Amino acid sequence: MRALVAVKRVVDYAVKVRVKADKSAVETAGVKMSMNPFCEIAVEEAMRLKESGVVSEVVAVSVGSKACQETIRTAMAMGADRGIHVQSDEALTPLGVAKVLAKVSEKETPDVFLMGKQAIDGDNNQTGQMLASLMGWPQATFASGVTLEKGKATVVREVDGGMETVTMGTPVVITTDLRLNEPRYATLPNIMKAKKKPMETIDPAALGVDVSSKQKVVSVSEPPTRQAGEKVADTADLVDKLKAKGLIA
Amino acid sequence: RVHRGQHMLASRAVSRLVALRTFSASRSASTLVLATHDNKTLNPATLSAVTAASKIGGDVTVLVGGHECGAVAEAAAKVAGVSKVLKADHPALAKGLPENLDKLVLKVLSDGGHSHLLSATSAVSRGVLPRVAAQLDVDAISDVTEVQSEDTFVRPIYAGNALCTVQSGDAVKVVTARPTAFDKAPAEGGSAAVDDVSSSAVDSGISSFVSEEIAKSDRPDLAAAPVVVSGGRGMKNGENFQMLYDLADKMGGAVGASRAAVDAGYMSNETQVGQTGKVVAPALYIACGISGAIQHLAGMKDSKTIVAINKDPEAPIFQVADHGLVEDLFKAVPELISAVAK
Repeated sequence: MRALVAVKRVVDYAVKVRVKADKSAVETAGVKMSMNPFCEIAVEEAMRLKESGVVSEVVAVSVGSKACQETIRTAMAMGADRGIHVQSDEALTPLGVAKVLAKVSEKETPDVFLMGKQAIDGDNNQTGQMLASLMGWPQATFASGVTLEKGKATVVREVDGGMETVTMGTPVVITTDLRLNEPRYATLPNIMKAKKKPMETIDPAALGVDVSSKQKVVSVSEPPTRQAGEKVADTADLVDKLKAKGLIA
Repeated sequence: RVHRGQHMLASRAVSRLVALRTFSASRSASTLVLATHDNKTLNPATLSAVTAASKIGGDVTVLVGGHECGAVAEAAAKVAGVSKVLKADHPALAKGLPENLDKLVLKVLSDGGHSHLLSATSAVSRGVLPRVAAQLDVDAISDVTEVQSEDTFVRPIYAGNALCTVQSGDAVKVVTARPTAFDKAPAEGGSAAVDDVSSSAVDSGISSFVSEEIAKSDRPDLAAAPVVVSGGRGMKNGENFQMLYDLADKMGGAVGASRAAVDAGYMSNETQVGQTGKVVAPALYIACGISGAIQHLAGMKDSKTIVAINKDPEAPIFQVADHGLVEDLFKAVPELISAVAK
């Protein structure tokens, strides 16, 4: 079986982002970037499926600017066999990315397409579902447990009230939740090996897909800041303050 | 257009007229709200979705897709502001499998010609709405916190550290709405008709539900509780959460957790508050032994009053707390419990 894994380059999760003065976007120049944490979990899961002999090849795909090649190299340093970079300097919406990934899927014919449940920049939580929809495949979102065998996936999902288990035929899109696994670190020898692994670069136009969007960003602004609070002296003081606000009886 | 407007003037209440004037472009708006439910009761998040839909303007139709979900449809019909309820009853819709529910939504949308599809942000709507959007070849708009007009919406990005205003030119706007950002529409006062819609061909047969482990609790739902008491890594183990439950019970609240507490196995996944867990906005949020990482703040910083109990005076949680108590939580929480008990 072949696994495709989508990886996204995002502002590092620990960075406190700043909105640009012209309110057009969040500042990304000179900011630390890294692989979206949910994508790392997806790569790790693909590697575990390969190590258990279920999957024979893992291909990492990223859509975006040239710098995304670093993210693909990171996935290959974690163990992915090869990379596909769809180079686009425009910011695509999740639908645009899903259309690109659908074209890549038609060509690469994966049995399982793994990706994160959401990117921590856009927080959309859409791309996997859209890809599955475009391909006519089933989906297992928010996965915290994956069992894959030829022709069938059984996935434990994190849902609002707890967990549920679903089963579906392959090919399938699986999006990863935080609890699925603990991603490995790439070791130095593996980082060196990753430099020699094959990476294909594709122009989205060559895929014959229209990624234009009718959605436009009007503005990006800072959220309202909370009024500075105060420290209370002790629990009795806290209780008095909450009573004064009518929050406790 | 003018003629149509005049007809509407004649037939509708004044409050409706005001709404139409406010959203002058919305004369043709018609929103299909996908209900959130468990086949027995209507989830209160649906009431927030109806409010979000009413801000778009135009008619609001609620779609209840499920199995033996008659009571849910009846409840939806009583919600103020709902003009019609459509009910589809089929075993394949029982568990909200997206590969089946999307077929139903697409069929109802194409029959009804709705301009908007909206649902409260939930595990089910997150699964279904993007699938529907992709079939319609339109972008989807996730977790909006404000409806500015029928085509313009505000949504948080970067874990709530920026607000993005987006305008959609798509023929159908597909939107999920953050329940905590919209007041609940009154659950009584409406008298919409309930129509059955055909649920033939909703079983795609490509996925099946196997089992579920749903946490049973008499306590209020975390997402809707007026008080939330949350614990983090500082709780040290799962047993210690009992005192947070004791405090929450005295206050009629629910108990939440940080990612650290869930990852350490102190609490189960569905209690996680944050960017990738639940978003809550209670009247009172009490954070115990939680440092206040960006990802946690994303899930609770719209709470009306935030209390932080942490022995580290430098913990970032104090930057958003209205009342900060620098104290060992194992001393402070029991004191709080006995104070509330009095």
